[in-house]
Amino acid sequence: MPPSGTRTVSTPPTAPAVDPATLRRLLRDMLLLRRFEEKTGEAYALGKIGGFCHLYIGQEAVAVGAMAALRPDDTVMATYREHGQALARGMTARAVMAELFGKAAGCSGGKGGSMHLFDASLNFLGGHAIVGGHIPLATGAAFAIKYRGGDQVSLVFFGEAAVNNGAFHESLNMAAVWKLPCIYVCENNRYGMGTALERASALYDVVQRACSYDIPAEVVDGMDVLAVRDAVHRAALRGRERKTATLLEVRTYRFMGHSMSDPIHGHYRTRDEVEEQKTRDPIQAFAAKLRADGLLDDEAWQAMEAEVADEVADAYRFADETPDPDPSALTTDVYREI
Amino acid sequence: MATKVVMEALSPTMEEGRLVAWRKKEGDAVSAGDTLAEVETDKAVMELVARSDGVLRKQMLPEGATVPVGALVGVIGAAAEDISALVGGPSGGADVAAPGVGAGRTARTAPGASPEDRSSAAPTPVPIGETTPASATGRVFASPLARRMAAERSLDLRALAGSGPGGRIVRRDVEAAGAQAVALGAEAPERLLAATPGAVRAVRPAEPPGAATAAGAPGAIRAGAWTASPAGAPVPGAAITTGARAPQPALPASAQLAPPGGYRDVPLTQIRKTIAKRLGQSLGPIPHFYLTSEIEMERAAEMREQLKAHGEAYAVSFNDIVVKAVALALRQHPAVNAAFLDDRIRYFGDIHVGVAVAVEDGLITPVIRTADRKGLAEIAAESKALAAKARARRLTPEEYTGSTFSVSNLGMYDIDEFTAVINPPEAAILAVGRVTEKPAVVDGAVVPRRMMRVTLSCDHRVVDGATGAKFLQTLKLMLENPLAMLL
Amino acid sequence: MSLVTYRDALNQALREEMRRDPGVFLMGEEVGVYQGAYKVSRGLLEEFGPMRVVDTPITELGFAGIGVGAAMAGLRPVVEFMTWNFALLAIDQIVNSAAKMLYMSGGQLPIPIVFRGPGGAALQLGAQHSQCFDSYFANIPGLKVVAPATPADAKGLLKSAIRDANPVVFIEGEMLYNTKGEVPEGEHVVPIGVADVKREGTDVTLVAHSKMVGLALKAAEELAKDGVSAEVVDPRTIRPLDVATIAASVRKTNRCVVVEEGWPVAGIGAQVVDDIQREAFDWLDAPVLRVTGADVPMPYNKHLEKLAKPDVPKIVAAVNRVLYRA
Repeated sequence: MPPSGTRTVSTPPTAPAVDPATLRRLLRDMLLLRRFEEKTGEAYALGKIGGFCHLYIGQEAVAVGAMAALRPDDTVMATYREHGQALARGMTARAVMAELFGKAAGCSGGKGGSMHLFDASLNFLGGHAIVGGHIPLATGAAFAIKYRGGDQVSLVFFGEAAVNNGAFHESLNMAAVWKLPCIYVCENNRYGMGTALERASALYDVVQRACSYDIPAEVVDGMDVLAVRDAVHRAALRGRERKTATLLEVRTYRFMGHSMSDPIHGHYRTRDEVEEQKTRDPIQAFAAKLRADGLLDDEAWQAMEAEVADEVADAYRFADETPDPDPSALTTDVYREI
Repeated sequence: MATKVVMEALSPTMEEGRLVAWRKKEGDAVSAGDTLAEVETDKAVMELVARSDGVLRKQMLPEGATVPVGALVGVIGAAAEDISALVGGPSGGADVAAPGVGAGRTARTAPGASPEDRSSAAPTPVPIGETTPASATGRVFASPLARRMAAERSLDLRALAGSGPGGRIVRRDVEAAGAQAVALGAEAPERLLAATPGAVRAVRPAEPPGAATAAGAPGAIRAGAWTASPAGAPVPGAAITTGARAPQPALPASAQLAPPGGYRDVPLTQIRKTIAKRLGQSLGPIPHFYLTSEIEMERAAEMREQLKAHGEAYAVSFNDIVVKAVALALRQHPAVNAAFLDDRIRYFGDIHVGVAVAVEDGLITPVIRTADRKGLAEIAAESKALAAKARARRLTPEEYTGSTFSVSNLGMYDIDEFTAVINPPEAAILAVGRVTEKPAVVDGAVVPRRMMRVTLSCDHRVVDGATGAKFLQTLKLMLENPLAMLL
Repeated sequence: MSLVTYRDALNQALREEMRRDPGVFLMGEEVGVYQGAYKVSRGLLEEFGPMRVVDTPITELGFAGIGVGAAMAGLRPVVEFMTWNFALLAIDQIVNSAAKMLYMSGGQLPIPIVFRGPGGAALQLGAQHSQCFDSYFANIPGLKVVAPATPADAKGLLKSAIRDANPVVFIEGEMLYNTKGEVPEGEHVVPIGVADVKREGTDVTLVAHSKMVGLALKAAEELAKDGVSAEVVDPRTIRPLDVATIAASVRKTNRCVVVEEGWPVAGIGAQVVDDIQREAFDWLDAPVLRVTGADVPMPYNKHLEKLAKPDVPKIVAAVNRVLYRA
């Protein structure tokens, strides 16, 4: 990877050390995301999921690590590649899969779909499909936090292609001018759909954008769940205590195509590149680390796999059997009566 | 792909149909052309056929239901196909794209003030554009409001002149027509009561006192001549007036028609509706006048008896003889074989005589085509066959449309004479009474002779008194001297 | 009652609602220190402070989105666009975020936001500063669109809009800000979705909103001199449209002319005509006619600009046509 630079403003301490149970929890969560997305791919191919479907495979460490550093009363927003974030934030596999299948029991009542997952009770505020369009929204949530005088933070995930977007620029500028507690997490998986970052950006390092707004920024290894957790923890502290926004460039990689309609390799990336990246699989890496630290043995790993497999199979079955929305749902929730 | 079965216009004037009986059940396989149901139109009972192959998935109407042309009657589709989309709403009716979204629309059909209520403050209208009513195509242009007002007042739009662009009939035109009608129609209501219900012997009509006269009341016409009728005063249901003078003004409804003894309302059948509508459109706008002639039928009667002696094949009725004579007389008087068409008179090349037939609850007029070129036997056979078909409600549209002149005979009911209402757009109709022995004066002596009275109703816009009278003279000549029909 | 300008009526509404509900705040360009580009927000910064009267950079997309995000988090933002022309930059946030959020989330996230600003033309501002956007937003399910014509309606409807749980597009008018009108004392709230008959009549219905109401009333006076009694119906709310009131009027008069400032193609008037022909077909004695702005970008020259806008003679001519008068 090309060399990176960081610009930080008196770096707060890293996150508190994590106990073994939590470490195993992090691994399990990543595994859940992985198996869930694999199942989703299968369901899509069988026609159970329609429209667009963007898989998170390879990027699990980012969602899981970030959520591990947040509080329940913080707000989270994501893009259309958000199944992982939704699960990591605490939505059940059933609620997400049912929504992908378009069923009434889905988290958005079957009316949102893969790109519009919402759970207000978990402060997971979507699920947005216009590239960069939700970045102002998250900034607005940060505005509301400051307005009320709270110490929550607003965290938003977006891809690296969004940083060339006007909405990104306007949002970070206002977050800086108004000193809003917003954490901008750029998941740099190097490709905006089929266009490599080098072809689309005048500056390659996303972190360098931060100097336009004079806010702290870090580059983070997105394949390392603990590194992500640490970086988000730091950014959250900055937000809570000093109402400072942070830009995190989290370098990661997606093993699948942009969406289900996109080939894994061939057009814009080579098979070799994909295979090479797979050797940096975040789940394998973390499992290996836990094994090495004596916190995970084969039996525990297999039990984890089995448990996750059950959870995913159950979610699939549920989604398949639970009913469609009633036709009357067509016209509900267009307006809210007071 | 599922298809809708809709109520089709099975006759040229049909506007609604009554589903008499289903011939296929839900679940039956059907092919294009199969009879799905029997439908009573305004004229006859017709077959509604399938237009596609498949299974009759749904009967949307119960037997006996009446719906307008175009309404959904059934659905044909594949056995397991989802037809919910077709079964949804009435065809051509509701707006599909307007479900009641909370704040999207607050449209409600609120009953508004009737337009008749308001006093007009509009300045004198200046007509823009042409003022010719109903174009050459026969199409009438009228604003929706004008249509509704005309319908409410039983005015025929075809008789109104439109002052709007392109001859469009607008509100002020209907109001003006209504005002005129009120001025003319000052008939005393007691006229209605003069009609003795069930009168068998028609009375010679007296001159109507103080009748409003319209243009062209010919003095040469014998008693019984009548001119002008108040526009907008239809005589519902009556094709025939027995004795009392038509037309009577429409009474204000309920007050006069709820006698102490109670009453029973019977909804109109298709045929009654058609009669009411068609002849309401006749007597109202068409200026009728009536010519009566007493014809000596001795020789015709003899001829009839002679023919009968040769066998059933030669049995002809008096009416058949009248039809033949009428047809031949029309040949000599083509001015009566005509129709009024708003801006022109059409003189027909052929002579097609309609013969009124009483059916169960009304009447219908099957047509004997080119009657002048058919022999008596042929006319007799045809009219017998058509009458039978008419009573069985099996006439096809081709069989009951296209007449150029009509004949109506109530002789078999012992009626001496009567006046008939013209079948629009024809120019005239002949009402035939019974053949009966009467005293006649021959060479100074009083002798019994078989006599028959006929009354010719004429449309004064097409046929003047003299024209009608001459035609009647020829007819009388032929009937009194049947051999003249050979000429 | 007191005589108040349209501008001050809006100011009163904002002030009252900001006092009433601490979650209400105003955001836009020049709303604070400058006292508002059109002085609608005069004095508000002084009373409520910079957290509640927020001056933004020139970033319509950004601050519209921030407003929506704040609404998602439970506040009640009022986002001012200096004119609605600039809202084109923010339309993604108005449509894809604000309008659709409640539906996409399966009913979880209402967006109680008001987008407000002057719409339509003023005088010689040229092509990019003179457009009407009513129909752009009226088209969108999930939005409400309001266009008050008088100070009383402006105050009452802005209060309703702020209290509404849904995103409201609130269209004012530069040429209206100085107009004066009677405004009731005390709490004055006008419900959204209810039309107002501004003048009763019997011979023809004139449907007009925003700046066109004044024009329609002038036309009605002209017509009255000629013996024609015109009824002027002001929808006040464009979406949802009070079809019942409009249709009832047309049933009474049998003829209708719809007056609108905007362009003809797929304009608001086209929708009004559709509603009338469906609801009052049998009462129509003539086709429903429209008087609209000319189908051209707004020219600068003042004579050309006059030609491009509706005026009293055009309205009177249309009325004469539906009355079948020469």
